[in-house]
Amino acid sequence: MKVSISGLNKLFESRVRLGIMSVLIINDSFNFNDLKETLGVTDGNLASHLKALEANNLIRVNKQFIGRKPNTSYSITKAGAQAFRIHLKALEDIIKSQ
Amino acid sequence: MENKLNYFEDLKTIKKIMEDSSRFLSLSGLSGLFAGIAALAGSAVAFFIIRKNKTPVSDNLISILNKDGNTLKIQLVIISLIVLIIAISTSVYFSYRRSQRQGHKIWTPISKRLLVSLLIPLITGGLFIIILSIENQWQLIVPAMLIFYGLALVNAGKFTYSEVFYLGVIEILTGLISAIFPEYALLFWCLGFGLLHIAYGLFMYRKYEG
Repeated sequence: MKVSISGLNKLFESRVRLGIMSVLIINDSFNFNDLKETLGVTDGNLASHLKALEANNLIRVNKQFIGRKPNTSYSITKAGAQAFRIHLKALEDIIKSQ
Repeated sequence: MENKLNYFEDLKTIKKIMEDSSRFLSLSGLSGLFAGIAALAGSAVAFFIIRKNKTPVSDNLISILNKDGNTLKIQLVIISLIVLIIAISTSVYFSYRRSQRQGHKIWTPISKRLLVSLLIPLITGGLFIIILSIENQWQLIVPAMLIFYGLALVNAGKFTYSEVFYLGVIEILTGLISAIFPEYALLFWCLGFGLLHIAYGLFMYRKYEG
């Protein structure tokens, strides 16, 4: 993971990724459609960002079936929560500093 | 530094998403106010019907219900159903109106969770009360209404304003106390569903919408 000197994480430069992490750090798990609705993004856009976060082990994908319908939900990993907190702290520090 | 402005926006977005995704903040205080007024109006009607029906003034509600035929019971059930329908429809209406003004959707993942966590204790309570009335356990109906409603609010409080949680705790306490004094059932009902709702509604309206 690329982390700049100030502690900002390159992976979280996109607003969509910030949004995904914000939702998942508060909620135990969230499914694809609910994420899409909460963040107001398109399927493709959301999917690509989810994939990037998953590839970096920041989020976990849980695939299951509800009845016959496949339901994909996401949750944050320990590493993800930690990385996001560091990023948040860095953002706050930058704003506080002159 | 223009970057700084961007970071500030980032933080604002994060905060907003965390809030939006964890709590439904379109409940309106007006819902509580109108539910309370409906409850008081309903209990006034109930009071006069009981007064008209009963013979000795000293009789309390429970002994009248035990003595009386089914007409009074059916009348009371109809009144409470009307109050319930008014309370639910006004609360949905005012929340819908508020969500429109805030530019939020009313049917969101979080409002679904709110509804499910509210409805499980509420429907359980409703079924339990139906069983109680079939078994003629009239003295437990008002406490059961207040207690299960309180539990529903405590449960739903996780997904909306924290005041809803505290209102739930007070409703539970009111319900427990009302179980000790069955002769004042109607009064406790007025307190729990009428006055507490009005107080809560006014407080919330002034705090968040005033």
